[in-house]
Amino acid sequence: MEFSGILSYVVSLAIMAGIYAIFCLGLNIQWGYTGLFNIGIAGFFCIGAYTSAMITTPMPSGIYAQYVHQIFGLNLPFIFGLLGAAIVCGIIALLIGIPTLRLGEDYLAIATLGIAETIRLIFNNEQWLANGPRGLMDMPQPFHNLVSPQNYNYIYLVITIIAMIIIYMAIEKAIRSPWGRVLRAIREDEGSASMSGKDIFNFKMQSLIFGSMVMGIGGALYAHYTKAISPSVFTPLYGTFIIWVMLMAGGSGNNKGAILGAYVIWGIWVGTKFVTDFLPYTLQSRAPYIRFLIIGILLEIILLYRPQGLMGEEKRISKLID
Amino acid sequence: MLEVKDVEKSFGGLKAVAGCTLSVQEGTITGLIGPNGAGKTTLFNIITGFLKPDKGEISFNGKRIDGLAPHQIYARKIYRTFQITREFAQMTVLENLMIMPYQQIGERIWNTWFRPKAVLMQEKEIKEKALEVLEFVELIELKDEYAGSLSGGQKKLLEIARSLMADPKLVLLDEPGAGINKTLMKKLVTKIEMLREERNITFLLIEHDMDLVMSLCNPVIVMSEGKKLAEGLPDEIKRNPQVLEAYLGGQYR
Repeated sequence: MEFSGILSYVVSLAIMAGIYAIFCLGLNIQWGYTGLFNIGIAGFFCIGAYTSAMITTPMPSGIYAQYVHQIFGLNLPFIFGLLGAAIVCGIIALLIGIPTLRLGEDYLAIATLGIAETIRLIFNNEQWLANGPRGLMDMPQPFHNLVSPQNYNYIYLVITIIAMIIIYMAIEKAIRSPWGRVLRAIREDEGSASMSGKDIFNFKMQSLIFGSMVMGIGGALYAHYTKAISPSVFTPLYGTFIIWVMLMAGGSGNNKGAILGAYVIWGIWVGTKFVTDFLPYTLQSRAPYIRFLIIGILLEIILLYRPQGLMGEEKRISKLID
Repeated sequence: MLEVKDVEKSFGGLKAVAGCTLSVQEGTITGLIGPNGAGKTTLFNIITGFLKPDKGEISFNGKRIDGLAPHQIYARKIYRTFQITREFAQMTVLENLMIMPYQQIGERIWNTWFRPKAVLMQEKEIKEKALEVLEFVELIELKDEYAGSLSGGQKKLLEIARSLMADPKLVLLDEPGAGINKTLMKKLVTKIEMLREERNITFLLIEHDMDLVMSLCNPVIVMSEGKKLAEGLPDEIKRNPQVLEAYLGGQYR
């Protein structure tokens, strides 16, 4: 492969890792700081992607209307797609939180796991909603007319990184304030936090909603990057499991760790693809499973030998005072 | 100050609290004793909103508080500690104190983004206060340690410190003396007495250590089988035959 080929490969890797880093940041609010066991990230991924796609594409007309069905198409600019994805994911999180957050943490886990699959299957089976299994295509890419299509990824990399940095800074600011202190107290001991005058349900809800909104933005960025989404993308394996591994690897309770974990694990995930390409043909078809096995083993190793991840939680979180 | 009236609570077939009626007078250190399983901790859990009573009323300064959630109880200026200390282990001692003040400006997420100055100002005030309290309970050197790494006795002191940050009128202490040595116990007793005198904080405390109860508490309430058995001065209680029967199994008669 010539140099420019490698470079464009690295750029696409960095974009995907950046999108995954945003999911990790969202999960870190929920799990890393609050202890909310959300194992339905794929659901928010899916909703975020579809919402942004439908906000930014026009309603199919003419001959297209016979082949492409979608419930709405607003044809608005990219930024509205991101915001819309965040808002819709926030509402979904609210609806999931109302019945589950008053119960023990296992119930949130069960609910999110189930709802994520339900969401995916609804998109798969309901043609009128978002074109069923064929999915949606041609989501607009911002600033695409500035450069030639083969160089567009550089622009998208910048967009992804800017989004990541803004989200990172917003989370850091909140986490290092009394707001984050309450979340961590809830993670440590709910009863004691409650006796310390904190409305547990309210704070858990805020954490769930904020984290899910961040995930929605991640989903939207994915949709506009690949320009084609279908329900088959949002499986528990790619949409939830790998994000958990990233956060565990990077360091739960550390936002820099969350980003680092996303880049490291995505690097390993993509890197192992190169290796499996050398396998004999009969094994190559099974390669994805071998790669997932490797990721799974990696998770085990991390949990056994470095449970705090590459970067653990810092001792002094509040930097507001000296 | 605190009135508990005919409170009942059952777990399945077991009546943990069975028509308990008692009251705590302002400015006292009231002891609550009784054999294991008498319903003392359950009563604490009911008063502080961790459990809802099946029957009965609880009022504080004339206002009903039964059925409120713990954070609402906290807002009424009642605080409690737990039998087994429940500090926030992965947070520093200082943070364990700084979290206590009610409804801080920086607990609203948009304030952390849009009013950082106001948040910072309040953080400084809270930190000042926390440092003072740590000075008082003599944990100041440990302020940057994880609360989880403190010794059992230090955790008890931390609980006292946390309750001070809550600025309460009534503090319920669940076995403050359990598992700590005599020296630390004396320190604890002095602190509690100081707080009652200087800050006019009322205490209701569950304790099994009779030396501590007899030296600190006045009056003492005895609970047995989910209700109040007796109430009186420590000396009276010591001699009350009913109490000896229930509490000591009668072997000291």
